Amino acid sequence: MADRLEGRVALVSGALRGIGRAIAECLAADGATVILTDLDAEDSPAVAEALSEMRGSAYISLDATQEAAWQNARDRVEQDHGRLDILVNNVGADLTGKVQDLELAAWRRLTALNLDSVFLGTKTFQPLLARTGATTPYGSSIINISSIMGLVGMGEVSAYNASKGAVRLFTKSNAIEFADAGVPIRVNSVHPGFVETPLLWQGMDRWSKRDGTLTAQQLVDAMAQGTPVKRLAQPVEIGKVVAFLASDDASYMTGSEVVVDGGWTAR
Amino acid sequence: MSNFDLTGAVALVTGANGGIGSATVQALADAGARVIATDMPADAQIAGADSYRQLDVTDEAAWTALADHIAGSHGRLDILVNNAGISVTGSIAETSLATFRKCMAINVDGVFLGTKAMEDLLARSGADRKGGSSIINLSSVGGLRGAAYMSAYCASKGAVKLFTKSTALEYAALKKPIRANSVHPGGIDTNMMDTIYARYVETGLFADEATARATVAAGHAVGRMGTPDEIATGIVYLASPAASFMTGSELVIDGGMTAH
Repeated sequence: MADRLEGRVALVSGALRGIGRAIAECLAADGATVILTDLDAEDSPAVAEALSEMRGSAYISLDATQEAAWQNARDRVEQDHGRLDILVNNVGADLTGKVQDLELAAWRRLTALNLDSVFLGTKTFQPLLARTGATTPYGSSIINISSIMGLVGMGEVSAYNASKGAVRLFTKSNAIEFADAGVPIRVNSVHPGFVETPLLWQGMDRWSKRDGTLTAQQLVDAMAQGTPVKRLAQPVEIGKVVAFLASDDASYMTGSEVVVDGGWTAR
Repeated sequence: MSNFDLTGAVALVTGANGGIGSATVQALADAGARVIATDMPADAQIAGADSYRQLDVTDEAAWTALADHIAGSHGRLDILVNNAGISVTGSIAETSLATFRKCMAINVDGVFLGTKAMEDLLARSGADRKGGSSIINLSSVGGLRGAAYMSAYCASKGAVKLFTKSTALEYAALKKPIRANSVHPGGIDTNMMDTIYARYVETGLFADEATARATVAAGHAVGRMGTPDEIATGIVYLASPAASFMTGSELVIDGGMTAH
């Protein structure tokens, strides 16, 4: 299996930390050349550290909410690699709070990061993915990271729920659009449950400060206890799913949603 | 890459003589598992299988005997693929209760009995295996969406979908290291589909089998039928440690059919 993504080129947004980092590592471990993108400057120590971990990887600084930034990334991928087989739209942030307390500006920032980024990444890279997909047995693969919060609601998570629900249906629409047009790109969404990432801890810190009754640790423990398997996921458990969807092993999967949630939504 | 490596694992596949079943046996074996294949015939040669056993999945005593046999011969079971199933195609008006019950017995009782009989073995083996043991139940897109003239089949596959989720939650609550997930294939080129086309023609739904197949194929966004291998790879994934946080989930492999 070490070579099942040999010769394939992948781009992962939000790739320096958390789930995105694990995705990049899993794709690289399966033989792909991985282009990491994130907000960090290209000469930052975090970038050097990540690239040293992954043989043959590259980094492009990318604000995923900016169309021009995506176009720049596309031009560089075309020039440096000449192909793109796998696009993982992973970048995202969280936002919690009562609807009454949400500022429109914050809502729009979240939507831009979680949803516009998927639209822009897909739109910008579609031609290159399609060209590349025509040269491989089962085409290219787009994997959009939604969430169990794109399947079921939770109190005070409305903006995040809305953005991730949108990603779920955007994915299905893409899958049908490309299939109908004979464009060789599969498109699927992944729905992680609660994953132990820096983003999760930051979010729980904010929730704790706002709520004032529970510590971040207590909130995280409650999440683990609220999950049927009584633990959080590790990022690599999401990365491996993405590596599967990226590979020819998932050749008949398009428009599907893969739920990786330790049983949370089985209830 | 150890993500999908099943070396050292023992797997049981029911309905192993069929299209998806035989592809699953081969794929699990390719990933390193020792596979016990079962089906209705007294004997069968199934490529990749370590051994073959006759099994009527509706027979509880047969399941118990098989569990004893596996405990004795292999000492463990890591992967149970409840794949055995039949289709029933016909209007509700012309479907007899006996036919309906036969469909439920094979497609649903079979999953219940297999899960129940193998639970202890799976729990023991799962305790020393990364990601635990894995039960994979074959549902269908027919367990997610209805289809005309497929009421018994759809009912049975819907039952498998929810039985799987309940199984996942129960084992998690009991801290048994067994994951349970369902797989939902779209239209796959198998003998079962050929039977369905023939029945479609008999019921007058289509003029001929070629038209039936073309119509079914066109129901997939990708405009083609799937192959058994394309389901087997998904099953290997769910069986492997790569899916360690997946339990109670549905893996839909349908060329975009239910994305509509």
